[in-house]
Amino acid sequence: MDSVEHAAQTPDHPQPFAELGLKPDEYQRIRDILGRRPTSSELAMYSVMWSEHCSYKSSKVHLRQFGEKAPESEALLVGIGENAGVVDVGDGWAVTFKVESHNHPSYIEPYQGAATGVGGIVRDILSMGARPLAVMDQLRFGDPSETDTARVVHGVVAGVGGYGNCLGLPNIGGETVFDTCYQTNPLVNALCVGAMRHEDIHVSSARGEGNLVVLYGALTGGDGIGGVSVLASESFDETGPSKRPAVQVGDPFTEKLLIECTLELLHAGLIEGIQDLGGAGLSCATSEMASNGDGGMHVWLDRVPLRDATLTPEEILMSESQERMCAVVTPANREAFMAICEKWGVTATVIGEVTAGDRLVIEWHGETVVDVPPRTVAHDGPVYNRPLEEPAWLKPRQAAPTHPEPTPPRETLLALLGSANNASKAWVTDQYDRYVRGNTALAQPEDAGVLRIDEETGRGVAIATDCNARFVELDPYSGTQLALAEAYRNVAATGAVPLAVTNCLNFGSPEDPAVMWQFSQAVTGLADACLELKIPVTGGNVSFYNQTGETAIHPTPVVGVLGVFDDVARRTPMAWGPDGELIYLLGETRPEFGGSAVATLQGILTGMPPAVDLQAERVLAEILVAGSRDGMLTAAHDVADGGVGLALAEMAMRAGIGARTWVPDGVDAFTFLFSESAARAVVVVPRSEELRFTEMCGARRFACERIGVVDSGLGEVLQIGDIEVGIAEMRERAAGVLPSYFA
Amino acid sequence: MALWHADHDLKGVDAVVLPGGFSYGDYLRCGAIARFAPVMQEITDAAERGMPVLGICNGFQILCEAHLLPGALVRNQSLHFVCRDQGLRVENADTAWTRSFEPKEEIVIPVKNGEGAYTADEQTLDRLEGEGRVVFRYIGSNPNGSRRDIAGISNAAGNVVGLMPHPEHAIDALTGPGTDGLNLFTSLLERAGV
Repeated sequence: MDSVEHAAQTPDHPQPFAELGLKPDEYQRIRDILGRRPTSSELAMYSVMWSEHCSYKSSKVHLRQFGEKAPESEALLVGIGENAGVVDVGDGWAVTFKVESHNHPSYIEPYQGAATGVGGIVRDILSMGARPLAVMDQLRFGDPSETDTARVVHGVVAGVGGYGNCLGLPNIGGETVFDTCYQTNPLVNALCVGAMRHEDIHVSSARGEGNLVVLYGALTGGDGIGGVSVLASESFDETGPSKRPAVQVGDPFTEKLLIECTLELLHAGLIEGIQDLGGAGLSCATSEMASNGDGGMHVWLDRVPLRDATLTPEEILMSESQERMCAVVTPANREAFMAICEKWGVTATVIGEVTAGDRLVIEWHGETVVDVPPRTVAHDGPVYNRPLEEPAWLKPRQAAPTHPEPTPPRETLLALLGSANNASKAWVTDQYDRYVRGNTALAQPEDAGVLRIDEETGRGVAIATDCNARFVELDPYSGTQLALAEAYRNVAATGAVPLAVTNCLNFGSPEDPAVMWQFSQAVTGLADACLELKIPVTGGNVSFYNQTGETAIHPTPVVGVLGVFDDVARRTPMAWGPDGELIYLLGETRPEFGGSAVATLQGILTGMPPAVDLQAERVLAEILVAGSRDGMLTAAHDVADGGVGLALAEMAMRAGIGARTWVPDGVDAFTFLFSESAARAVVVVPRSEELRFTEMCGARRFACERIGVVDSGLGEVLQIGDIEVGIAEMRERAAGVLPSYFA
Repeated sequence: MALWHADHDLKGVDAVVLPGGFSYGDYLRCGAIARFAPVMQEITDAAERGMPVLGICNGFQILCEAHLLPGALVRNQSLHFVCRDQGLRVENADTAWTRSFEPKEEIVIPVKNGEGAYTADEQTLDRLEGEGRVVFRYIGSNPNGSRRDIAGISNAAGNVVGLMPHPEHAIDALTGPGTDGLNLFTSLLERAGV
């Protein structure tokens, strides 16, 4: 046994720090902190907690901007640094939401990778004290015609659905994007949103000497150990199970029990501090709770209930077995706590207690295997200011001609609908339950998912996530701002007031200065834009190393915006309303095609993305919210990928009602229909509200032009200027694409 | 009133709804473990005495496993979970749970399942059809490959009904495709003379 005592006596014992991903100077730093070599258990803990994934060591110096540039917001109740940020949505309700990546596991084992990605983010939300209410998924796959893409798509979609459906959480939206840059690096991001009363907000800390540390939920097994098995085989004989999966295996039914059990424990006032077990398992939970607390912690590791009795202490510390939580409980509440766990059939074990000192001490059958200052493990890891360098290819690419060859509008529209990125995603989303819990007021393919939180008052939230990674590839600063702007606009299009931001920043290797430059530009762009839009970043996640060999993915900073409704009954859907209502385009259309869907159809990825105008986005959002609040809008749809043409087609298909629209003077049909200028939306206004609505836009000096009228007299036909497209033809085209690859 | 699976106690209720969900994760066969829940003994006894019992989705699967209804629900023909707004025809408007409907009324309520394909042997299917015990039938297209487009059935007495679609998601236009599902619940009130 490599105890602390043994480590002190054998300073020169060689340790496999490099295999565990630690650099020589990082290993030396651990020795300096401890004043001796680490034990194998300590080395395991430091290595996993100081990994990029857990420590944010390459991103920290940039992410600080989210705090430094944070706009003043009274809504922010819990900020960055906790498991998830919490915002005040009024009437005593608080909402927490967050996105996390599970990219690499989902490429290796798509079903379990995606399933446990959902499970992990749900526990993050639960550990704030909130009831998880809904999930969303942001998926990016390679070329749909490659055979390996089908393997990943089938597994990921079934995994997201299998876990979320079984948990009883509606999936209310997300993204499904295909691009060859994700061929060997698919992205699987998952978002969860939860709500609680203000007084139920909990944080992760171990306070109060003598309080008990309780591990509850699933048994601990050998799954998800990854690199640490190197260490295990180094230190111990090899009689145990040899091949353990590095990808965790999900059990959604146990998670469902864990949710109900935890909420009952929280509401009974039996929990002093709580933390979920996710990445880095018990290493993370014990060190973070102790570090956040006011004392130390003593853990009897041999008390951890195991699924596999041969596990070593290092493996138990590193195991990422799913569906586990850790709580701090007063001795007086121990019995009541255990009774509730028993009611839900959840195994609960006291594995430690809060101590007076400032050390995290972990014992294994009477021997001390860990004795560390918890802060050095959890929070004071290495920080790198990695070199940045604008990629050499960028400037020439931005300067290259942007204009795609204008193609006939009708054929172009049908070609867009027939492309995997703009086709119907029903093949994916029909595999997800969007109805469960009975509070879904809007779900995909609407602009944002809308959830009722309070059944009495109708108070609720809207959430949208977006990222056009082609824009970010062309210009990471403005491309990331466009991702924020689109999510912000989507939330406002449903009528919700945008309130808070989360993100999931998916990038290549931070060791590549070009990637690191993209990252710093993206973070700076996002922080600057949040400041200007006056909505704070409440939390986020960074996923680096999304690259194979020298080739990184397009930088993909997924941005999520949460908005609030006083009453979701006034939500604005995207399907246009009854006959005779008027179709308006809000915002200005310029010839902007860099990174656009039509340019992509022609294989072009050059030029600059559309210009960002955050003041225009703000005014547009105010108009969309006021239009919803005052009953001036029957429908609204954000204009983004595919431009006005695709927006009109989507509204027509959703409604199943024809419309007559025209191309305004002063712009050619191709530009009008397919430019992707930002800060625009198509809205539908009842005739009785037309004057009031146009006056409101005029007073705000916001461009507003009538471009059509809902007209069922045409039959189920969308007329745009001199072209006509049948709704049935569009639907057939759009619905057939994903099944043609995957069904 | 919520009943607890582990209690032998119906708490004096007049009717029972077995809701949808994933009892025991559906890791074995859907409903195969839940049908052994202690409270199922009381539910089975009460159903045999004529108490109205409605099984929705997983609840329907449990009723089949408990032999309160014949047949079984197997994996969707597509092999995928499917969630969509589904057209149904009310084939029997005389059961305890359907008397608020008009005979042959066509309604839309969401269906969402992975193992919702109703199946039984030909003889049983013929008997169900002959006795008017096919309560709901899919119209438009069959979402899961159910035999004879069967969406819901009843026992011989008509007090026990099971269906795969989710009427509780069609009670308010805000959160569902409409309000067609309400009639299942108002049927019960009508029966009680409320």
